[in-house]
Formats: sequence, C-alpha cells, structure tokens
Amino acid sequence: MIHSLFLINASGDIFLEKHWKSVVSRSVCDYFFEAQERASEPENVPPVIPTPHHYLISVLRHRIYFVAVIQSEVPPLFVIEFLHRVVDTFQDYFGVCTEAAIKDNVVVVYELLEEMLDNGFPLATESNILKELIKPPTILRTMVNTITGSTNVGEQLPTGQLSVVPWRRTGVKYTNNEAYFDVVEEIDAIIDKSGSTITAEIQGVIDACVKLTGMPDLTLSFMNPRLLDDVSFHPCVRFKRWEAERILSFIPPDGNFRLLSYHVSSQNLVAIPVYVKHNITFREGSSQGRFDLTLGPKQTMGKVVESVLVSSQLPRGVLNVNLNPSQGTYTFDPVTKLLSWDVGKINPQKLPSLKGTMSLQAGASKPDENPTFNIQFKIQQMAISGLKVNRLDMYGEKYKPFKGIKYMTKAGKFQVRT
Amino acid sequence: MDRGFPSLRSEAAGAVRTMLASAESLQLTLKPELSQEEQALTHANGKPKETHKAGNEDLKEMLESNKESLKLEAMKRIVGLISKGKNSSELFPAVVKNVASKNIELKKLVYVYLVRYAEEQQDLALLSISTFQRALKDPNQFIRASALRVLSSIRVPIIVPIMMLAIKEAATDMSPYVRKTSAHAIQKLYSLDPDQKEQLIEVIEKLLKDKSTLVAGSVVVAFEDVCPDRIDLIHKNYRKLCNLLVDVEEWGQVVIISMLTRYARTQFTSPWKEDAVFDENNEKTFYDSDSEEKKGQNEAKPYMMDPDHRLLLRNTKPLLQSRNTAVVMSVAQLYWHLAPKHEVSVVTKSLVRLLRSHREVQYIVLQNIATMSIQRKGMFEPFMKSFYVRSTDPTHIKTLKLEILTNLANEANISTILREFQTYVKSQDKAFAAATIQAIGRCATNISEVTDTCLNGLVLLLSNRDESVVAESVVVIKKLLQTQPTQHSEIIKHMAKLFDNITVPMARASILWLMGEYCDRVPKIAPDVLRKMAKSFTAEEDIVKLQTVNLAAKLYLTNSKQTKLLTQYILNLGRYDQNYDIRDRTRFIRQLIVPSEKSGALNKYARRILLAPKPAPVLESAFKDRDRFQLGTLSHSLNVKASGYHELSDWPAVAPDPSVRNVEVIEPVKEWAPSLGKAKQSKSDDKFYSDDEEKEEEGSDSSSSEDGSSSSDSSSSSSKDSDSGSEEESSEESEETSSGSGGSSSGSEKSSSESESEQRQKKKTKKMPQRKRKPAASDSDSDENGNVDQASSSASESSPESESESDSDSPAPPKKKEANAQPKMAVKSKKEVSLLDLDDFTPATTNAPQPSLVSSSLLSDLEGLSLSNVSSAVQVTSPSFGPVKTYELLHHMTGKGLSAKYHFPRQPCLYQPTMVSVQVILTNSSDHVLEEIHIGERSPASLNLHCFNTIERLEPGASVTVSMGVDFSDSTQAANFQLCTKEDQFSVSIQPAVGELLMPFSMSEADFSKEQRNLQGMNETSATVAMATANTPRQAVSKQVLSVANVGVVSSSQDSMLRFSGRTVSSKALVLVSLDLKEPPAVLLTINTDKTVMASMLLRDLKRALAQA
Repeated sequence: MIHSLFLINASGDIFLEKHWKSVVSRSVCDYFFEAQERASEPENVPPVIPTPHHYLISVLRHRIYFVAVIQSEVPPLFVIEFLHRVVDTFQDYFGVCTEAAIKDNVVVVYELLEEMLDNGFPLATESNILKELIKPPTILRTMVNTITGSTNVGEQLPTGQLSVVPWRRTGVKYTNNEAYFDVVEEIDAIIDKSGSTITAEIQGVIDACVKLTGMPDLTLSFMNPRLLDDVSFHPCVRFKRWEAERILSFIPPDGNFRLLSYHVSSQNLVAIPVYVKHNITFREGSSQGRFDLTLGPKQTMGKVVESVLVSSQLPRGVLNVNLNPSQGTYTFDPVTKLLSWDVGKINPQKLPSLKGTMSLQAGASKPDENPTFNIQFKIQQMAISGLKVNRLDMYGEKYKPFKGIKYMTKAGKFQVRT
Repeated sequence: MDRGFPSLRSEAAGAVRTMLASAESLQLTLKPELSQEEQALTHANGKPKETHKAGNEDLKEMLESNKESLKLEAMKRIVGLISKGKNSSELFPAVVKNVASKNIELKKLVYVYLVRYAEEQQDLALLSISTFQRALKDPNQFIRASALRVLSSIRVPIIVPIMMLAIKEAATDMSPYVRKTSAHAIQKLYSLDPDQKEQLIEVIEKLLKDKSTLVAGSVVVAFEDVCPDRIDLIHKNYRKLCNLLVDVEEWGQVVIISMLTRYARTQFTSPWKEDAVFDENNEKTFYDSDSEEKKGQNEAKPYMMDPDHRLLLRNTKPLLQSRNTAVVMSVAQLYWHLAPKHEVSVVTKSLVRLLRSHREVQYIVLQNIATMSIQRKGMFEPFMKSFYVRSTDPTHIKTLKLEILTNLANEANISTILREFQTYVKSQDKAFAAATIQAIGRCATNISEVTDTCLNGLVLLLSNRDESVVAESVVVIKKLLQTQPTQHSEIIKHMAKLFDNITVPMARASILWLMGEYCDRVPKIAPDVLRKMAKSFTAEEDIVKLQTVNLAAKLYLTNSKQTKLLTQYILNLGRYDQNYDIRDRTRFIRQLIVPSEKSGALNKYARRILLAPKPAPVLESAFKDRDRFQLGTLSHSLNVKASGYHELSDWPAVAPDPSVRNVEVIEPVKEWAPSLGKAKQSKSDDKFYSDDEEKEEEGSDSSSSEDGSSSSDSSSSSSKDSDSGSEEESSEESEETSSGSGGSSSGSEKSSSESESEQRQKKKTKKMPQRKRKPAASDSDSDENGNVDQASSSASESSPESESESDSDSPAPPKKKEANAQPKMAVKSKKEVSLLDLDDFTPATTNAPQPSLVSSSLLSDLEGLSLSNVSSAVQVTSPSFGPVKTYELLHHMTGKGLSAKYHFPRQPCLYQPTMVSVQVILTNSSDHVLEEIHIGERSPASLNLHCFNTIERLEPGASVTVSMGVDFSDSTQAANFQLCTKEDQFSVSIQPAVGELLMPFSMSEADFSKEQRNLQGMNETSATVAMATANTPRQAVSKQVLSVANVGVVSSSQDSMLRFSGRTVSSKALVLVSLDLKEPPAVLLTINTDKTVMASMLLRDLKRALAQA
C-alpha cells in the first residue's frame, strides 16, 4: 500500500520523509517537481502522477504537499483520504499544520506516522485512540516530562482499539458534563448575471463537542428529518435506527468530532440570503472602467448577515482601481489583480456599496470577460435549510448533562457571475 | 533455505544469544565514564552548528551515557535526522543497545531507527532480535504486538525462520490486536522472501476464519498481496465477510469490498440480462416475505440472482453513508460492476456528495463519474447542476466537469448546457475556454438538433479577441463542417477572411485544409488564399506548409487554369524545404498530380486519391475506453494498467456451485425459513455493533444472514409492524394507518382541520401502546415525535424495496395466515382508492398529516417573527372553506393509462414559503405497472418547482397522492412541466386560479381598515354585483368567497360588512377583500391590493361566484 511519505513545502524543499517499507530514494520526488513546474497554479498539480517504478499521490493542504509513494495498484481515494486524515491529525495535535509546527514536533510526528500505518496499511486513524497512544504535546506536559522523566507515549493498548466502540475510550470523567452541537450549513451557489440562481446546494455538518462521563448513549432527533436524505455519518451512529426511525442514536467519541454531514442537493430549493447588484463596464477605446457593486440581504429571516467578504479576480487588463466603499475596506493587488472587499455586517437600512473607476491598460482593447465575485458571509443562529434539532436525550448514565445547540449558515463556494 | 526449520531456529537463537551477551558486556565497559554526560551536554548546547560528523559523535556519547533523559534527547535528535533524510547509520551500534530500555518512548524511537537502518546493518541488527523474541511472550498484548511489528519490519533475510515462527504463533494469539499485527507481518515476510508463500497461505487461511472485525481487513490485504488468485479460500468466509463488513474499520472495508467485487464476478452469473428487471422484484419478495418454498418453483425462470450475490449488495449499501470517501467510492464501484442495471443509480447521490470534499477527492470522483456517465447518462442527469464549473476550480477539475457535462448532454437539456458553456467560453482561464469549445463541438456532433446553433455560435467566436479561442474554434468548426459540408460555404468564406489574422498554426492549417477539401464551393477564394500562402510559405510552420502543399495539389486538380503556376512555385519551395517531411510530401504530390512519363498509373487516380470523400471525425470522450478498468482503481485513474492490478473477470456463463459457500454448521432450513418477525427484529435492532464475538461464534451464518436480511434494505417500519404483530393486530393496524392516510390525503375535503388534528391525536393514542410493544422503540423514544418520524420515514421510502409492496404483490403468499390477511387488504385497497398503498409507499402523503406539526415549526423558522399570525390564520380559514375543486392534469387516454388530477390543499407549503402547495393524485388506469413516475423537464426552465420523489411503481388500478410545491410568483401563468414514466413523457400544466395564489392572513378589524386606507386609489378595485337572491345568508356569501380565494375571514362588528384578508404567496403582498351587503341583492365588492392585475382577476372570479350564489 503506502510505501513512503514526503512532505514538500511551497518552495519545493522536502522537509520530512518517512518510509514504511524499504527506503525509497527522495529522487522520486523529481517527477513531482516536474509536474509542479508544468502546473500554473499550486492547485493544478495532478493528484496522481505515474513514474517509471512508483506512483505519486499527493494532496495539498496548508501550502504543504503530502506526497505518498505507491508501488502497486491501490484505490487512489484510499491514499488521498488517508493523507487528509494525517493532516487532520496533525492539526488536531499541534493546532496548526504548518511546516514550522511539523519541524518543531518532528518526534511526535514520527511517532504518529508510525502508529497510523503498519507496512503501509492504516492501523489507527481514530483520534481518540491515537491520543491515548501518543499524548498531544502541551507546554505543561513537556515541563512535567522533563522534570519527572515520564513520556508522551502510552504503554497500554488503547482501550478503544479492542472494544465494540473503538472511537471512545473508557473511564472518561468530567466534573462538568456537557454536550454541544453545532449545525453549520454552507451554501454553494452560482448566481448568474441577472441575479437568478443557476445552482444552489447546501452542505451541512453537525459538529459535536461532547464531554460526558462514562458511556453515555445519546439520541438526537430532528423536527424535520426529511431534509436529511443524503447523509454520511460518523461510524458511531447506529445506521439501522436512523433508517427505521430517523433518529440519530450513538455512543459519542470523547471530545470534538463530526457527527454527520449532509447534502441538500440542487434539486431542492435553497434560499439565497444575499443579493448582489453590480454594474461593471469597460468602454471601448477608453482607459477607464466603471465599477459599481451593492450588496443586500434577502431571505435572511430577520437575521444579520455578517463577516461579509467579497473577492474577485479582475481581468488582466485592469491596471489599478480607485474605489470608494460605503463601509469596510478594500484591497487590490495590481500584480495578481485580486480585489477583495471586507464588508463586515450588512445593514439592511444602509446597503454596503463599492463604487468607483478602474484604470485599464492604455491602448489595450477592453477585456471581454467580466469578473466573477466570490462572496463569503456568515449568519448566526440560522440553518438555511430549516433543519432543526428537536431534542437530545441521554441514556446509560445518571447525571444531567448540559446541552447546547448552535446554528450557523455560511457561504461555501458562493459565486456571482457578472 | 532448504534446511530443516527447527534446526535453523535453534541456530539463529544461538547466534542471537551470543551476540546479546557481547552487547551486554559492551554496555558494562562503558558504564564507568560518567563525566561524559556533562561533556555531551555542553556539546549539545554550546555548539549547535557543528559539522555533521562531530554532531553524530556527541550523539553517540549521549547514547552511551546511562542517563535516560540524555538518551531520549539523543534519540529525538536522531529521529530528526532520519526525518530529514540524513544518514545516521554509523550510530547503529550505539542505538541498538537501547532496544531493551524500560523507557517506552525511548524504546519506540529505537524501533523507528532500527526499522530504518536494519537492512543496511544486518549483522548488528541481529543483536536486537532476542529482545523481540522475549517481548513476544509478554503478557501485555500491546507489547507483543509492537514487538512483532518491529521484528517483521526488520528486513534481514537471515531471520526469516524466526519471523515465520512468530507469525504463526501470533496468528493464534488470544488478542485480536496481535492477530491483526500478524496479518500485516505476513505481507512483510512475503516481500522479504517470496519462497515462504505456501506456509504463509496456510496462515492466511487460518486468519480468514477469524471472526474479529479487527482482523478481517488486514488479512484480506494480506490475501490480496500474497495469493489473490486463491479464490477458493474465500468461499467459506464469504458470508461472514459480508456480514461483518459494516463493523470492520473503514480502511479494511475498502479492501474487502474490492476483493469481494472480484470474487463475485467469478462466482455469480450476470444480472444484466434483459429479463432481470422482472426477476429482480421477485427476488425481493423472496427475501423479505421469507418465502423459501418459492425458490424451487421459480427455478425455471431465466435469471435468478444468487442469494449470496444479493447479500453482498444489500450489506454494502449502508456504507454509502460512510464518512470515508474511499469507502463510498468502493461501494459505488461494487454496484457499478455487480448490481443489476436499474439498481446502480442508488450510488449517484453519494458520489455527488463526495464532490464537496477536498480537491483531490473531487478529481478522482469526477474521473469515475466521467466514465460512468458515458454509459449511463440517466444516472447523473438529475444532478447536472452539481457539475457546473466555478471559476475557482483548478483547471483539471474544470475540464473533468466539462467532460461530464458533455457526456450528459441530450436533446432535452442541451439548451441549458450550451447556455452554461457560453459563460465558460468567456472564462479568464484560456485553456479551459479552449476545452469548452471542443466540448461544444462534441455536443454539436452528438445532438444533430443543435448542430447549426453550435456552428453559428462558434462562428461568432471567430471574432473573439483571444487567439487561442479563435484557433480552437477554427479547429472545431473544421470538424463540424466535415460532418455536414453542404450549405456551409458561407462559413468557409468567413474563415477565409479571418485567415490573415489568425496566427496559431493549427488553426491556419485547418482553414487551408477546409479550403482544399471544399474548393469547389469557394472557387474564387481558394486560389487567392493559395496566392497569399505562396508569398508567406517560407515563414510558416511545418504543419501549415504541409496543408499548403495539399491545398495547392487539390486546386491544381480542380482548377489548374488559375493555379498551375502557383502550385509549381509552391512545390518548388517545398522541394528545398529544411524539413524532410515537407520535401517528401512535395515529391509525392508532384509525382501524383503533374503528368510525366514516369508517373504512370497513379496519375490517373490522383483525383480520386486526393479528393476522396473523407469520413467525418468522430468526436468522442477521452474516457471512452476507461471502462476496461475497474472503477476506483489507480489504473482507471491513470488509464494505464498499474502494476499489481487484478483484471476484473467477465461473468461466468454458468455459476460455479454455490454450495461451496455453505459453512458446515448452518442448517439451510433455518437460514431462509420464515422466522417470526419479532425475534428477527429484536436481533437486528440490537445488532449494530455486531462485534461481540459469542454471537457470531455460535453460528455465524444463521444468525448473520438473518441479521443481514433485515439490515440494509430499507425496511419501512410499518411493514415491520404488520410482520411482528399477530394477524389480527396487523390487519387492524393497517386499517388504521390506511384510514389515517385516507383522512390525511383527503384532508382538505374534510370540513375542518381542527377535527382532523383531533383525529390524529386519537390515532396517536391508539398507536402508542402498540409501539410500546416493540422492543426497539420502547427503550428510548420521545413519543410524539417518534411517531411522526416513523410515519414520515415509512412513507418517504420511495425506493421500490419497500418491503410491504412486495409483500402485497407476492402472487403466492408463503404463509397461510398471511394469505388470509392479504386478500382482505387488497380488496380494501381497491375500494378506498388504495389507501393502503398510500401510507406505505407514497413519498409525500405524510405531508398531509404533518403540516400543523412540522410546518408550523418550519414556518416559524422561516418567518421568524410572525409565527402566531400565520398559525392563527390557518385556523381562521380552514374551518370555513367548502369542497375543493379538483382539476384534471392528465387524462388517462392521453397519458397512456396514467391519469393525474390536482387540487390546491390550501396549506402552507412545506418546501418553501413562496410556493403554493399542490396535491396531485396519480392513478394508474392501465392494466400494467407504471414505473418511475417523476417530473421531467419544466418550462420556463426557471420555474421553481418542488417535485415529489420519484414513484418507483404504481400498480394497475392503484393511485397515489403526492404533493408538490410550485412557485407561481404571483402570476396565473401556468406551470408547465413533464410528467414522466419510465417509457413516456407527458407535458402537463397546472393553471392556478388567482385565488389559490393567496394565503390567509389574520388581522383585527382595526388593522384591516388601517391597511385598507393605505391601499386606496390606484390600489383599489371595486364593482357591484347583483346576487341571484335577495337575502342570501352571510355564511353562504362568505362561503362563496372562500371557495374562490384562499383568504381568511376578518371578524367584523358590522353586520352588513364581510371582510377577508390574505397575502400573496410569493411576494407577501396584502390582499384585502370587503363586501358591502347593505342593499341586497346588490353587493359592493372592493379589493385593495397593490397587485392590481391580481385584483382585477380576483374581482372577476368573485363576481362570477357571487352571481351564482
């Protein structure tokens, strides 16, 4: 399966290598660098690259390429999924997954990689199990370790590894028992020139932070479970119960985890919470272009649209812009032609707008394409699909937990074509 | 390696013992030098940038100190060196001594080092072996396992016998974790010494029998690696693997699924035969109604899916819900390669879901979808919009999406796709724009209806400013013209004009070729172009030169008078060209066309050779031939056979003996015998974590197959009910539910919704005790919601698998008791518009009973503030309106047996607040089963429509009520759409009466008059109506109004005034209706609203209604 792993940073240095079988020379990465050169953007490097004796499968996260070396047939998604799991684990352990963080914690990284794969086949990828094997580094623990000489490495087989609920460790104890659920929905949409929706879908997740003593058995029911017809679950969810009763019943892992993610497809109707009025014109023969952009809320059910950020790749012909935002700030990078406008909140009484002129390359003909706008926003306390949690019950333990639920709607890949 | 195994073992052990002794003595001699640690410390801190050599020197010192923390520090730095790929192999002796350290972290780091360098330092590595051998006997399973892991990772051929022994021992270990490790070790040993294959296969065979989910994945990996062709090892474990699958860890699932895919292709017959569809349904009956006896009778039928084949499909289906994308993909490929054609589409939704994942995942999934979409357009067509390109997608994702969109294009959706393509052509990413043009070309050739449109569009692109776009258009136009050269001389002329401005060689060459090929159509222009080319010949690219020579030759043949000299000039230039291809071509052409003594016979045929009609190029997908590879594999992704790829075999013509999969302990009777629902259910419900080993051991197959049969096929809970209860109970219950659904579907006809909800309340109370009897539900349920949930889940099961369906269909009911029960139900179903069906498998009937529970909450979500208003408004009106008009949507004559009627239930629409809810009653009045009733193309395309879920089957005589939501945007324009069955499509339209576009809105009298004052002047429409009789009671008048418009009554203090208020559904504009009854029979009718068009239409409708009253 997975032979070796190389981590390559943005400037093309291999800063970590790990081999699970015999050593593969790092010169194999030359093929990767070749492909990287050919690609115009970092994202354009093909995920699967064949070389004479090996295959390279890579993912790009946090501006680091994780390149796995494969020698024989294996489902590419298997490797890709695993690599992403590695990145998630690093992020979980070190808070961030940067080159510096990995270099600082190279021993923990090595210990983790050693546990995650055996002979190239995933061994333990569940965060709860890994954390029992190798404790995440904290300042306090490092200090204690240097004084007492104890180690970060567990001596026992993690309890989860053998139990019927491998994702939960036993003997969990908390003084404050609490369970929080965040329903976060992202809207992916393409809005066309005239403001009508070409496609819109919702990608929702329920992230949980469960800190409960013992072995609680939770059930979560929804007001409108019909919305969830395309779902993927954390392995802890009892699938049959869901099939039969549309109730989520599960023994939760300890700590943070993603309970389920769902998808409300483009066949359903999705409310679009913002609208954009735009007027971007380039006149033939003149070196000026007009730029006029106004945002407004729509179908927000009375909630405030916040953290609005509009970004756009302006045509190459644009030299500079001179714009005037009614609120927030904007930046324009004359090299990459990237315009971004940090709007903040949308006040329905006074709609934010960005108006002004663009100066174009003199003599060049007017660009024939108009830019598309990528919009980000957040709406608190609302799930745009209308999903609502009905109730959360706990069985198997005596105490009364503190329960909380939060809704949020965000823009995913939200594009407005002009 | 031919020596006897035991002797070798003792020999190795002996060698190890001596070495260990020497190592210990080494350590002893080093102990006294204590001061070194201080020295080492100063080294480490003081001179961080020492030379490499010196750095290693001080590491060595640190390792040889006897302070644990220093050793650990040194090991950490060494691991740092390893991670950077720096060589630190000279430290091997110093490191290996610490292998027996008590400090577990130190020990682990030593393991890391050992595994990395053991191959290079084989002799020294042997020093550590005895430590591992000792650890293999440790009581702590974790230590046993990690010792085996490291021991097997040391690639030193001399210890092969020791490894073999350790693996064999570990394979019988108590701990499944150690057994798992031994499965991994098998592969390692095999790669180290392939000669051990036979012995390793024995171990694999043993481990395959293991019942732990922990081991299953790993041993299958070993199997795939060591002996993928030993299919016979799988037979006995096949059912066990299928049943364990859900509980195996996710990585194991991927491997097992792909192995089982291969297995199934060798063991079962193809389900892809023509008659499979029919049999498929029987198959389900066979499973779900537990009718074993039927199997024998049906043997004569042409195709019968092997129960084991079905078991695999059924048990993998829930894994589509996995969070692991690799698992979802592997299930998808399993369905693609193994499932009957019509079942494959269950994977579509899950695959589309994966598209939201990381970029790399998208890439692989899109590749697979591209291959699938070539063969099965229908699978992905409903999700077409998910493949629309975003400007932020990386280029390779964009091109893949384009590929898929092109594959999905057909007559119905081509206009949408072309509109989308237009946007892409303008993209800033020019490579992508060029790819789009090619895609347009492909659409144009594939769909003859749009060829002309596309061609015109491409010609427009010729005036694009970007050169690559123009060039690509030229190339594509060339191909298109070739497919239908007639009537296109205009385009050729246009291109000739553009010729001077185009510099891209490929495009220039294409134009030249076109000129030559169709020179008879542009007789005047072609020679002129040739003249220009003669001037610039030397400066052109090779490909252009070649085409120039071609053009010259063709013109010479058709129009030698004008072009003879030009041709000769060009041929002379070509003769001395630097490129030998061009020289060659020139010589060839000269000999061919210019008559001379030598040229002889060929000359006569020159015309036929050069101007032969050429077949049009076929523009086809780059993914056309990818289906030779198994989906989801590396080979598929690269379109090259990767090493270690196992070919997927073709289905065998005759299935091998299925009995090989029988395991000794099972009693076949028990396995498929009708088991009482109750027992079965309790088992299946509890059996999510089926890991507990006893259960499996006691009879893996019988228990598990039972478990399986109820596990994955979404069994509607209501059918379970009727299974589990005694006969009377079940019939009673079904009556109950059926009447319930009857009440709900015809809910609008009942005079009051209050009474309806009351009824529901009663039902609930009735149902409750029954639910309590069910073991699974009783332990944990919030009663009310549980009930609603259950109802909705049972009904929203639109899949044909819904068991009850096949139950009632089964021609020969297996049990006599059931046989009694069933006719009864059947009769009932016919009389009462088959209410039974409704409850069981209509997707939307539940919408009817739910509204007041769910919708009010939904509305509160949506409306935020006005919760109380809305719900009270619903209450205000509902009691007062009379019978509802039903309209014909589709007559059964035009609908080939399918008839549809619709009415407006006047309930707030669940799907979106701006929609009007419409209930459609679909009836099958033909004598055959209608399948896959769904909504197809709609027009205008922007029509906002909430479709009902596809109805998979509609029995003859049966009818189904479904509800839809239509956003009419406050206009009475008809909503046109297509109602499709599997075979046919019928265009239908829903024409709303203006009154149905309103929603009741409650307000006080004071508010009413206030609002009315605001809406005067232009916004007021009024008329006087003469009623038929002078003293019509108020109620009758009010009833007439309510029958026309969905408005709410406003309580009025004046006797002679009647007031109604409502809001338009889409724009929420107020509509106020007031009637002044002061001088009967004349009524002054006033409507205030800012929707003046609606007002006048409403006025007209009301006038007509009142005149009749």
